[in-house]
Amino acid sequence: MSKDLTIGEALRQRGVSRRGFLKFCAATASMMALPPGMAPVIAAALEKARRPSVIWLSFQECTGCTESLTRSHSPTVEGLIFDTISLDYHHTLQAAAGDAAEAARVAAMEENYGNYILVVDGSIPTGNPGFSTIAGISNLDMLRETAAGAAAIVSVGTCAAYGGIPHANPNPTGAASVSDLVSDKPIINVPGCPPIPVVITGVLAHYLTFGTIPELDDLGRPRAHYGQSIHDRCYRRPFYDKGLFAETFDDEGAKKGWCLYKLGCKGPTTYNACATTKWNEGTSFPIESGHPCLGCSEPDFWDGGGFYKALSTPTADITRTAVYAVGAGAAAGIALGAMNRTKQKRMAKEHEKVTIDDLEKGD
Amino acid sequence: MDEIAHTATCASPGEVVTGNVMPILHQVRHALHDLLETGKSEVIDLRSIPMGPGEEGRLAEALGKGEVEVRMSALGPSEIIETRYPGVWLVTHFNNDNEIIGKFIEICAIPGLVMAQDEDIRAGLVQLNEQLT
Repeated sequence: MSKDLTIGEALRQRGVSRRGFLKFCAATASMMALPPGMAPVIAAALEKARRPSVIWLSFQECTGCTESLTRSHSPTVEGLIFDTISLDYHHTLQAAAGDAAEAARVAAMEENYGNYILVVDGSIPTGNPGFSTIAGISNLDMLRETAAGAAAIVSVGTCAAYGGIPHANPNPTGAASVSDLVSDKPIINVPGCPPIPVVITGVLAHYLTFGTIPELDDLGRPRAHYGQSIHDRCYRRPFYDKGLFAETFDDEGAKKGWCLYKLGCKGPTTYNACATTKWNEGTSFPIESGHPCLGCSEPDFWDGGGFYKALSTPTADITRTAVYAVGAGAAAGIALGAMNRTKQKRMAKEHEKVTIDDLEKGD
Repeated sequence: MDEIAHTATCASPGEVVTGNVMPILHQVRHALHDLLETGKSEVIDLRSIPMGPGEEGRLAEALGKGEVEVRMSALGPSEIIETRYPGVWLVTHFNNDNEIIGKFIEICAIPGLVMAQDEDIRAGLVQLNEQLT
């Protein structure tokens, strides 16, 4: 497909009617978290927009972000957005390999210098450059070289946005985020492990529609998608307000769909669109499936002290033990561990269920 | 309204009530009033509102079905159903794999997408002309 076509022309060439295009714009407005009334504005802008060149670099990552984006079966809205960009380099998706692949990257950079969008997934090792290389080029060199000619950079996934799992203690590779290393380009962080596919394409759609980067929060995330906490938009929120909590994964509260706060839900401190956009074509999201939010779109979520530890409310047992141990200073932790080991043994003997709290405090 | 309130708030066992169905119905009521008074139409994006399991179904049940149902096929199917309240439409867009890509309540005389678009009419005329010459 020619790069000179506008997006409207490209879609028409694929046999998409005007009515289909307007439906696409309505779904795109929803995807960009814009008011539905914006659909005609999007239609007018996309009609005239030229297909941008996109170079996608994958560094220290698990390919989950690319999987997230390409899981959807074509032709979805995400698929169409993806088809309307000119993805000139993506070493997982492209057919070319080795020198031919690198030549494609260099050619796309030269042809569109100053105008292409650079998408990065994965963190960048700053320790030994040999920790992660592509075609013999270190990740750091490739990032610097490719970022130089980019109009904007989209850091897809928590690894590219904040270092993510490679950055977790003790960070053996010296993993850094894109914004740690590049400071002279507009950078949009789209964190999540992985990010919601429509949020990735929503950001690209915003750029295509308005030619600018969306409004960002203090962590560089688009406010449209990351402006509200999971907790604030969670359908279980009314139970939190009423003080109704699941205490274990299979108690009466869990079965009734009560709040998962005490099971370690990070919803109150996590900003993402999962609670409304949901996953798997809008089917559900982790909390709806009965699991607490891990907080994967926040920096250092892996080092947050345990996925199943409540954010602030201590358990009754801890309070009592802490009072007993108050004079013992450093012995408090030992007392807690000993108490929980004892409790675990007793529960095993009595065939009682062990809670997540017991497991985490028991070692 | 008592019956609607009952449908909107009563969950079957295992379902969760967020209480978001009733406010949406009130929003629809205000929009419908505006439509009559000023002719202003409104669209509510249901994807932007937190819904518990089963709540979308309860909302659809509360809105019911009216006299008109449109099935559209453009970039995958779309279902446009007039609710029991004339001027209130439940619009669901699917992709070709029948996955939902958008769900809206439109408050208007007729959703814009149902109307033939000028560009498509023009293209159709060209085709018809070719066929007849």
